[in-house]
Amino acid sequence: MLNVGKIEEGFVLDHIEAGKSLSIYHHLQLDKLDCMVAIIKNARSNKMGKKDILKVECDINTLDLDVLAFIDHNITVNVIKDGKLVDKKELTLPKEIKNIIKCKNPRCITSIEQELPHIFVLADEKAEVYRCKYCEEKFNNHLL
Amino acid sequence: MQIRHLMNPLDFTTKELDDLFDLANDIEKCPAKYAHACEGRKLASCFYEPSTRTRLSFESAMLGLGGQVLGFSDAACSSASKGESVSDTIRVISCFADICAMRHPKEGAPMVAAGKSTIPVINAGDGGHQHPTQTLTDLLTIRSLKGRLGSFTIGLCGDLKFGRTVHSLINALVRYPNIHFIFISPPELKVPDYITDMLREKEIAYDEVIRLEECMPDLDLLYMTRVQRERFFNEEDYVRLKDFYILNKTKLALAKDDMLILHPLPRVNEISVEVDEDPRAVYFKQVQYGVYVRMALILTLLGITVS
Repeated sequence: MLNVGKIEEGFVLDHIEAGKSLSIYHHLQLDKLDCMVAIIKNARSNKMGKKDILKVECDINTLDLDVLAFIDHNITVNVIKDGKLVDKKELTLPKEIKNIIKCKNPRCITSIEQELPHIFVLADEKAEVYRCKYCEEKFNNHLL
Repeated sequence: MQIRHLMNPLDFTTKELDDLFDLANDIEKCPAKYAHACEGRKLASCFYEPSTRTRLSFESAMLGLGGQVLGFSDAACSSASKGESVSDTIRVISCFADICAMRHPKEGAPMVAAGKSTIPVINAGDGGHQHPTQTLTDLLTIRSLKGRLGSFTIGLCGDLKFGRTVHSLINALVRYPNIHFIFISPPELKVPDYITDMLREKEIAYDEVIRLEECMPDLDLLYMTRVQRERFFNEEDYVRLKDFYILNKTKLALAKDDMLILHPLPRVNEISVEVDEDPRAVYFKQVQYGVYVRMALILTLLGITVS
């Protein structure tokens, strides 16, 4: 059993589907932050069998929870302050996401105008389906 | 006053559409009353891909209202050929005209333009996505000739995958009660899943059939479409599929006496010319309704009322 030390301020992202932690690391742009990050892969879990965990020591206002909710809204977000758990955040699918995924429709205006932001709008919350704001190309969140 | 654009037929409520269609019917009845309504106003007709009916219909509509028209009919004649973005082009055009009709091969381009424009932008067709003024034309034709929007069975036939007129029409019709859709197409050109998903979600009845004859006796309206060459990535697929669904007198003999045949045009050979003289064939009347509805739309978006 590995032991990873406590953090003073930041987040513990728990119940990440096993194997997804590196993808989340990149989507949250943690590589660009000058902070301590622990990536725990394939930890034992009663609920999930195995899971990933991310511990991020950073200012608690720096994390984009919309990105996280889009990637996997089942992740548990534990907010740590002064070494103590102060909040557990529930994630809900964001209504709109910007520049997280790209529209793959070759007929979409974003395919020729590079400066346009890639915006997807939540079209069906139950099925976790997003559609490109411009061309309505479907993106199924399950495919992430 | 906040600028209003038209990107999608759903941008207008059904009440607003009723007002628009009442205005279009009044224009049809007394065109002289509206002949000077847009004097001193200019329409920018920005067509980044070839079009005959839609472009000329917009231009005819503006001229019929006493306004003037400027623009281009090919991307090669515009600054797009120099690499100018749609956002920049519309900022420039906003200085030249009072209203803009834009057709673009890329889906969502008119929406990008509307986001930066200081004049109303009308989506005159964006790739295989939306073609709202064709939909308004279709709705006005149905309402004027059938006397109602709702409580009918409509068959949509031909290219239902790439046909943007079909997608827009379905989206508009789902807001009216008791409509039964029958989609008639080869499997390769089936209506996209986002449409059937939406119909299922709204619990709206639809059927998918392969042959036109299967459903002909049930139809109150038949909306024919062309298998469009420009929507295919290769010529071989186009040639193989283009003749699948041809309406002729023999098939029409199975239809109700008051069924209406609509078509967004241009027709290639999917409706035999022998059908043109049948009173149920209303596709050329539909073109005339297209001008009336665009006149009504220009007046509405410019906030012009004629007493």
